[in-house]
Amino acid sequence: MRTTSKRARAAIAVLLALFLSLGVAACGSDDDDTTGNDEGGGGGAIVSNPDNGKVTLTVGSKNFTEQIVLGEVYAQALEAAGYKVKKDLNLGSETVALKNVKAGQISGYPEYVSTALTSFFEAEPEEVPADATEAYEEAKADFEKEDLTAFPPTPFASANAVGTLKKTAEERDLKTVSDLEGQSEEMTLYGSPECRQRIDCLAGLEELYGLKFKKFVPVDIGLRYTVLDKGQADLSILFTTDPQLSAQADKYVILEDDKEVFPAGNVIWVTTPEVVEEAGPDYEKTIVQVQEGLTLKVMQELGARVELEKEPAAKVAAEYLESAGYTG
Amino acid sequence: MSALPQPLFASIQGAFEFIITPQSSNVTGGRTVGGIDQVIELTLTQLEVTLLALALSLLVALPVGLYLGHRGTGELLAIGIGNAGRAIPELALIAFMAAAIGVGLLNVTIALAVLGIPPILTNAFVGIRQVDRSSVDAARGIGMSEFEILRKVELPLAVPTLMTGVRTATINIVATATIAPLAGVLTLGDFIINENVYGENGVLAGAILVALLALTLELALAGLQRLLTSRGLKLKPA
Repeated sequence: MRTTSKRARAAIAVLLALFLSLGVAACGSDDDDTTGNDEGGGGGAIVSNPDNGKVTLTVGSKNFTEQIVLGEVYAQALEAAGYKVKKDLNLGSETVALKNVKAGQISGYPEYVSTALTSFFEAEPEEVPADATEAYEEAKADFEKEDLTAFPPTPFASANAVGTLKKTAEERDLKTVSDLEGQSEEMTLYGSPECRQRIDCLAGLEELYGLKFKKFVPVDIGLRYTVLDKGQADLSILFTTDPQLSAQADKYVILEDDKEVFPAGNVIWVTTPEVVEEAGPDYEKTIVQVQEGLTLKVMQELGARVELEKEPAAKVAAEYLESAGYTG
Repeated sequence: MSALPQPLFASIQGAFEFIITPQSSNVTGGRTVGGIDQVIELTLTQLEVTLLALALSLLVALPVGLYLGHRGTGELLAIGIGNAGRAIPELALIAFMAAAIGVGLLNVTIALAVLGIPPILTNAFVGIRQVDRSSVDAARGIGMSEFEILRKVELPLAVPTLMTGVRTATINIVATATIAPLAGVLTLGDFIINENVYGENGVLAGAILVALLALTLELALAGLQRLLTSRGLKLKPA
């Protein structure tokens, strides 16, 4: 009886500890930091056209920070142009997003031109043109065969990259991905679950660079810096637009992709000719106008405010539009 | 440049083909995906992490539930935790623990055990509480110790209720183990999460396999419950 009750008490203690720690987890930070955003490109204000009020557009995006921010920017810009706008900013992957465009569930969504070429149109990563306009023309022609259309690209480009702690890079003398040769066998690489088999990710590192890693561990995209910080990952797949790379340049570095496994892609708006016809000329005009200010630096800053300072994406997007002079 | 070679909509037939034979994928640069070898590998990991999490749930919830049930106190704790536990977002929990203990099997096991604890705790408590007080009084009357009463009288009579909790816990855990690939453990969820790699048929195949695994576990536990239930309880009331 004694021992039972002692054990039971220990168990209760464990349980309570677990319970309390969960309480802490549930209370995510919701601070209201208001750092102003003075960045942003030029371009005049978006003019609201009353004719557009008859048209409802549904803006889609994939479900990670950069895409959600883009989705908000486009949605609010279209709203400013007078359209009725609905949002669906939580689509799982590009295949899901594209299917939704084709089915008319969403009017359009932002896609990386490199992803469009490799995922939808079977281009090898090294075949993706480095020039944004050239890549856009190629993707646009491919989309047209599918009865889809795409608007011109954003100024910024985004790519995956092999990242590591600056400390590790210095110790091992790593500047490019090729420098990993002879060392990768003793290093662990962390990346999104789909990275494992993608030719523009782990499969490409193995086949095009001939690298073998000690272990590849799949993790949620949101944990890509946590695993480096925790010392679990020697290498982690990062995005070149990550705010951490500029805000903490003394901590993280990315290795130069010297054999071009990770194609860089500017963002293009993917939509259908039917929507273009229904929505009229303001549709493309607004999208192209509002993305003019989206340079790499601005994207990193918008991302930092959402990801590091936990501000809502809608608010960050609204302040971008205002400070860049698109809305007033 | 034939675009979108993967079928736009999944079919049952396509899903079964995916389970048996490796298929081509348009993002892997020629490597095949799926097939029976990968299916077996992922199924075994799914089973492993499920059983580990279930064992941890039992280890935590069973002693507490039985003790509180026997004492007849702590209803608030047993039922309260039981209900609160259902509201925990698993992914947030995994991310929260990633900062403390990193990702991997330990993280996933604990996160999934949190789903298993509530039904086991609540059902153990209720199972013991509902035992006929006259049986307990009789046992005490013939000189059994409190531990003997719990072990020889209350526990056997609580088996059906208790096992219901264990079965619920198992289903919760095995279904949710599909998110483990987001925390470093490759389970059948890999097929479901990575639609880009495996295609629609892969997603459907993953869902079918998880459902089959859940049904298999459910049947196995139902069998175990029959074995554990004392003969007296199986008799139909006259």
